Amino acid sequence: MDLKDKLVSSFLAFENRVDNDAYVHDVRSDAIKIFEENGFPSKKEEAWKYTSLNSVLKHDYSLFPKREEALDYRDVKKYFIHEIDSYKIVFIDGKYSSHLSQTTHDGMDVCLMSAALSKPKYRLVIENYFNKAASKDSLTSLNTAFSNEGAFIHIPKNKLVEKPIQIVHFSTGSEAATMLQPRNLIVVDENSHVQIIERHQSLTDNPVLTNSVTEIFANKRAIVDYYKIQNDNLNASLIDNTFINQKRESHASVHTFSFGGKLTRNNLNFFQNGERIDSTLKGVTIIGDKQHVDHNTLVHHIEPNCESHQDYKGIFDDNAVGVFNGKVVVEKEAQKTNAFQANNNILISDKATINTKPQLEIFADDVKCSHGCTIGQLDESAMFYMRSRGIPEKEAKGLLMYAFSNNVLSSVKIPEIKQRITKLIANKLGVNIGFDL
Amino acid sequence: MLKIENLHARVEDKAILRGINLEVKPGEVHAIMGPNGSGKSTLSSVIAGKEEYEVTDGSIIFEGEDIDELAAEERAHKGIFLSFQYPVEIPGVSVTNFMKTAINETRKAQGLEEMPAKDMLKLIREKSELLEIDRKFLSRSLNEGFSGGEKKRNEIFQMAMLDPKLAILDETDSGLDIDALRIVANGVNKLKSEDNAVVVITHYQRLLDYIVPDFVHVLYNGRIVKSGGKELAHELEEKGYDWIKEEVNAK
Repeated sequence: MDLKDKLVSSFLAFENRVDNDAYVHDVRSDAIKIFEENGFPSKKEEAWKYTSLNSVLKHDYSLFPKREEALDYRDVKKYFIHEIDSYKIVFIDGKYSSHLSQTTHDGMDVCLMSAALSKPKYRLVIENYFNKAASKDSLTSLNTAFSNEGAFIHIPKNKLVEKPIQIVHFSTGSEAATMLQPRNLIVVDENSHVQIIERHQSLTDNPVLTNSVTEIFANKRAIVDYYKIQNDNLNASLIDNTFINQKRESHASVHTFSFGGKLTRNNLNFFQNGERIDSTLKGVTIIGDKQHVDHNTLVHHIEPNCESHQDYKGIFDDNAVGVFNGKVVVEKEAQKTNAFQANNNILISDKATINTKPQLEIFADDVKCSHGCTIGQLDESAMFYMRSRGIPEKEAKGLLMYAFSNNVLSSVKIPEIKQRITKLIANKLGVNIGFDL
Repeated sequence: MLKIENLHARVEDKAILRGINLEVKPGEVHAIMGPNGSGKSTLSSVIAGKEEYEVTDGSIIFEGEDIDELAAEERAHKGIFLSFQYPVEIPGVSVTNFMKTAINETRKAQGLEEMPAKDMLKLIREKSELLEIDRKFLSRSLNEGFSGGEKKRNEIFQMAMLDPKLAILDETDSGLDIDALRIVANGVNKLKSEDNAVVVITHYQRLLDYIVPDFVHVLYNGRIVKSGGKELAHELEEKGYDWIKEEVNAK
């Protein structure tokens, strides 16, 4: 049985097992129909032209892994930004780990999706927000059909959440191959500010496929800063579907750091439903081997006087493949839109590939939109300059590549994250950057 | 210290240096002058180890060792420094961090421990004062948005930090106003000792009023066609290069 059939046929058993709420049941049932009709996307679809899922779909995934033994914090500490005090919502093979987590209900809810989906006190929030931003594409629908567990974050109005929230999904590979479908819902009300760090980490060499959906609602004047750290091992693949619905005067930023994994597809979608909204999408991708990272972004400018800033840098070595497909839609009503998009890439090896495709659909006439993509090698004159000062070739390359990705890091607001990312970049490039940051 | 014999070099298929002979001893200041396109910058790049240039004949001996096979960084580790005519902008790396990396990589190559942070700070303070560089300047990205004068002053600051045996200053005076020129020249003079040497590459003699050479060489068509004392620089300033060209072409 192929993976699609396996998923479809296990839907009823899944629904019988989890707590059933009529509203959520209807959403799930509709979703499985969409998936059943469309199946997994193929390269024939424009949005998947450069990314084939064939190699990750061939495994016989266990859909509902048994829970592995609890992890010892000391063994997994390095996967957290542990230098700062934070809330933590941690999952092991899709199941909540209370031992590793630190949740709260004190003036806000930082807790579990399974609780939010089943408990009456969350019903209103769920009915207002759950699956309201997510699109009806096949993979998102697949996740919706099996949505049960993940992070649920609800920040009421006028609240500055000082501690960042870390959402970490571990897979331990107790089964030969594991498929996970976490579902996160984040609602940030008027004037509130929250910072979230998300990571998927496989602790096994067995194949892991994660099809994740995150819905984020930034209400009036809310500020949401989201950091995705993708540094998984070479047998783990991730399809990340993130939908951000912004209301007027809100600011939302997503930084995606893609350094690892076998295949990573980021479907990142911003919808601007109000005036004077600011959306920021930034990414650094550094991969080698046969790794594949695909950034598929959408910024939908619906109302006037809004901005969006996209800046993606990529460094590709060995046989790595990168894809950047950045779509910006400016509706007729969205006058005075400022939309910027940049995608700069360095190919280190002759066999590395980058496919970059900006797509602008502009229906308004009084807008400023710019886009640019570059593909290049390292600057030879800069290399000679650095080497003539005694910096060896390898370190000079590392420093240049660090410098290349640096302006993406400059908008990271949490210093500990910046430091961690700098270290990851240094490790990835095999250099000692040689100074503290 | 530096002995160049019959040096021929080319870039791609174009021969640029066609038999250079030059000897620089510790404590000396040499000036290499010449019209545009005579090969001055090529000579400095070849000594510093730029890979695009291919040495086709002759040798460069530094402290008794043929350095032709050495990479640019290895030459730097041995004490060769090139001040660039056009310093390269490196966005995202501050002047301070760049210097720390350069110094510690050099120390590593020499089998030394990293320089303690305290000593590094002291050295930076001392040398930035010598070049009259503002502390704020040091945290800016290397050469990014620097004026021509700031870039050159920064080059000499780096020279002061690295304390080379042989410093080659390639057109260091271009883009400098008179005040900056004085600061740069003063810096170079203070760094000068009996143990190190300076090669000044310049089109004009202006800088040589401040950094006084022991020897002046005229480079033309890839060869040193005339050598003399500092008075040769004045003669060139007065008469230009045409008489040299005529002299050479007459031969």
